[in-house]
Formats: sequence, structure tokens, C-alpha cells
Amino acid sequence: MPAIQTRDLQRVFPGGVVAVAGVDLDIADREIYAFLGPNGAGKTTTVRMLTTLLRPTGGTAAVAGHDVVRDAASVRRAIGVALQEAALDPLMTGRELIRLQATLHGLPAAEGRTRAERLLARVGLANAADRRVGTYSGGMRRRLDLASALVHEPRILFLDEPTTGLDPVSRKAIWEEVEKLNREGTTVFLTTQYLEEADQLADRVGIIDEGRIVAAGTPGALKAEIGRPHLEVVLADGTMDRAEEILRRFGRPLPAKDGAALVELEGGASGVAPVVRALDEAGLVVESLDLVQPTLDDVFVAKTGYHLEGSDTGEQEAIEPERSG
Amino acid sequence: MTGGLRTNLRVVGALGWRSIRQTFRRPQLMAPILIFPTLLLAIQVGGAGRAVDLPQFPEVNGFLDFMIAGAMVQATLLAGNSGGIALALDIEMGFTDRLLAAPISRFAIVLGRLVGTAALGALTAVWFLAIGLIFGAHIEGGVLGVLLIILLVTCSAVAFGGIGAAIALRSGSASVVQGLFPLVFVILFLSTAFFPEDLLLEPARSVAEWNPLSFIVDGIRDLVVSTFSAGQFFEGVAALALMGLFGIGLSAAAMRGRLRRG
Repeated sequence: MPAIQTRDLQRVFPGGVVAVAGVDLDIADREIYAFLGPNGAGKTTTVRMLTTLLRPTGGTAAVAGHDVVRDAASVRRAIGVALQEAALDPLMTGRELIRLQATLHGLPAAEGRTRAERLLARVGLANAADRRVGTYSGGMRRRLDLASALVHEPRILFLDEPTTGLDPVSRKAIWEEVEKLNREGTTVFLTTQYLEEADQLADRVGIIDEGRIVAAGTPGALKAEIGRPHLEVVLADGTMDRAEEILRRFGRPLPAKDGAALVELEGGASGVAPVVRALDEAGLVVESLDLVQPTLDDVFVAKTGYHLEGSDTGEQEAIEPERSG
Repeated sequence: MTGGLRTNLRVVGALGWRSIRQTFRRPQLMAPILIFPTLLLAIQVGGAGRAVDLPQFPEVNGFLDFMIAGAMVQATLLAGNSGGIALALDIEMGFTDRLLAAPISRFAIVLGRLVGTAALGALTAVWFLAIGLIFGAHIEGGVLGVLLIILLVTCSAVAFGGIGAAIALRSGSASVVQGLFPLVFVILFLSTAFFPEDLLLEPARSVAEWNPLSFIVDGIRDLVVSTFSAGQFFEGVAALALMGLFGIGLSAAAMRGRLRRG
């Protein structure tokens, strides 16, 4: 039995706004599944439906074998949820919050206290446990949110953009914790705008755009599907038009990125030398030239036609291409 | 007691305790509940104390004795409003989603908030009784009167808290609930909270005559200015029951609506 299974899952908001337009998911037990997409793609709406916070308007969804509409209470007992923006009460202390979470899940008081102490230590917040959450840094809040989602030892953990806005060190700490939890047997469903996060953490990735899954598979398989590496060329004078004109002769042009002209090389790495020669013969001064192996961003571009820009820097806005390839 | 019921009662207790702590840790929620009504009471008693000499003013030991019930009800209305604001803030910051994602009764979330509001109601009753006794009021109802006053004021807070919670759940916006703050005074001034009914002019007098707040205030006031009278007391209890059912029913409906909308 899959940990999460959906068929044609849909959510249409009043006014006809289609947030999720028919999502099929089959997520196995003990898998880490990353839902990758830009803001407004339908990631959070899907998570809210799977965690029983929002009723689907079409299709079916089962979590831990329970229907999210008909048997919502059983779903809630099986899952842990850390929502976007870490919904924590700034006036509570870390310890109070985890103990409250233990009570919400019906743990006896003594058991709740024991688990709270253990989890606070696990996420490195033991020394800050009696401080109000309002004084915590972003990373500390995320770790507390994660710890509170684990207090009842859930079978399936939902993490909605767990590292958005965090510095690299805090992000890495969350990744390590997620990997550890998964090794211990927890199924993890996470949404992210960060390609690196999906690439590094997930067993499988689903790319969602405008409410539909446009690609799904292991990061390796998705990249292999794209196939060939691409060349990124930046000219010294900062222009791209002439470079693009030349590159077009050597393969399929890709949408420009960060001032670089891009081309998918038909001949792979062996196609670099002719490109260099052609640029040289045209009298163009090259500032940089990189051969880049396929990444999830390439998969994203191939499937959606635009880059998930800034995904590795924390500036997470999907941008339309200046020129389509 | 079944396991589910026991768990939900524990949840209501835990959320109630959180609500009380939250109020004490956020002084801007506490200030209107105790300080505004106390200041208004001081101004009214200090400035209009000779009102008791008016021909149609009821027989009381002093103006403070008359006014204290109105101050208590004003404080409980504000406690209900503050409870609504706090619930709306929970919705705005996503904390309510945390509760909704847990395997608990949805209405335990509202009841937890109301437990906190009830505790604030009891606190305001004790506060104004203490102020009254310090400044010379006589509680003619004696110890039983004091206990019944605390009970009525606590129940008032729950009833008004239900209405505050309903508005919070319906709007999901703290500023909307806060915007109702002036309405509290309109409803209060159109009751017998601060003026005897016989001294009100029409149409305020007719409104006050049927305003449920008048029955609640008169029920509490009667225990201050005279010995226990079943008629006055049970009229107050009936008005409270009506408002309580209205408030809690409204908040249950608002919760269902919020869950439907997501």
C-alpha cells in the first residue's frame, strides 16, 4: 500500500481559480518525495489537501491508507505537518509548544514531557527551550517546527517549503535531519522551490506547474531524460545576440540565463571545440564558457519553458524566458 | 469517560491555559479588559456621583455600588473581543492550521479559547469586587452574592467570547474583530449598564428594556445592591443562556464554514 496515493486530485477555488488541476501521486513507504515548483504552482494547495486542511473539489487522495475526506481523523493521526512559514506562536516557549503538540496528539503528560526534551535536544534547541519563540532565528523556528511535527512519531511527514528563506547552514541542518528521519523509517513529502534541495534530498521529484505534474521520477532519471549537456557562454561586452546566433548552429538554443547564452550541444562535450572556434572566428571576446551537465533546472526548463530562477540562492521566483528556445 | 473525550478535554484545558498565558504575555490584550473599564468607572463615579440624588434613581448605598456591575460587564465584553482578536491572530499566523491538522475535535479549538476567556471573566469579577470593596461599595448579597457575581461574570465572558470567536472564524482577520471595539460601547450604552432605565430617554429606553445586556447587568447589580432575589437572578441567567447559545452556535457555524472554505 502506498504511503500517499492520489488520483486526479483537484482544487478549484471560488471564482474558478484552478490551483490543482488533476494530480496523480504514488508515493511509497519510506520514500522522500519532493514537489518542485514556483510560487503559485499548486504545491501548498496539494499539501493542504493531503493534510486534511482543505477539501478537494475533485478526485481522490489517500494518506497512510485513509481517505483524506472520509477518514480525515485517521489521516491526522498518521501524519506530522510542518507548514510554510513555521506557524508558531511567538509568545510561547519552545518547550511549551512541543508539549502542547504532544497533548494535541493525545500523549500522556509524562510521555509528552519526555519526548519534548528528547526532540529539543535532537534539533539543538535544548538551551533555548525556555525562550519565547519570538526571539528565535528563522533556522531555530524551522527546527522547532520540525521537532513539534515529530512528537507523536508520525509515519508520514509533510514539510511545506521547510528551508525557504534560511541561510545555507540552517538549510543543511534541516536536510540532515530529514535524511536521518527517513533512514529511521519516516516517509517524507516535501515541497520546495530549491532545485538543489530536491536534487540532494529526494528519492523522487515531481515537477508541478500551473496545478499539474509535468514531470516525475528520480532526479537521475529526469536528468537522463533531458540527455545532453549544455554550453553557457558569456561575452565580455555583455551582449548575447551574436553569441546566440552562432550557438544556434551547434544545437538547440535554450532560454538565456543570468546574461549567458545557452545551447544544448548535440554532440555533447565533443561539440565544445567547434563552438569556441566559431566564436573566435566571429571576433567575439568570450568572458566565460561553461559546459554544464543536465540539472533539474534543465528538466524544469524542458518541461515548463522557463527557469526556476534563483533556486539556489533563496531568491525563489520563476521567471519567463526573455526569448523562448 | 471515553479516551476520545478525555483527550479532547485535555486539549481544551491545554488550549485554555495557553490562551490565559497569551493574554498575560501580550499586555495590549490585557489593558483594555481591566484598565479601560476601571478608568471609566473612576471617571463616572468621580464625576457623576451625585446622580444618585436624582428623583428616579434607584435606592442604592452609593453610585459605585450601582456602577460596578456595568464595569464588570463592560470588561467581559472587552474580554470576549480580545479573545476574538487572539483567535483571529492565530488564524492569520497559521497557528490554527497546526491545531486543525491534529486529531482533535474542531470545536475543542473554540472551547479552548473560551476557557481562557472564562478565566479572564472570573479575574475581572474579582478585580472589580476588590476595587469596589476598597473604595467603599457594599455587597449586599454577602458571600453567596459574591460567588454568584463571579459565576455570572464568568458566564458573560464565555457568551461574549463565543460571539468574538464567531467573528474571528468568519473573518479570519484581527483588524475586523478589533473594529468591533466601538460597537461594544454602543451596545453597552443602550443598556442599563451605566444609567437606570427610568432615566433613559426614548428610543434608548425601549432598546435598553429588551437589550439582553440589561438583564445580565441587572442580575449582577441586584446581588450588589440588595440581597439575593430569584427573579432578577434568573432573568440574568436566562439572558446569559440565550447569548451563550447564540455565541457558541454562531462560532460552531463559523468553524464549519471555515473548514468548508479551507
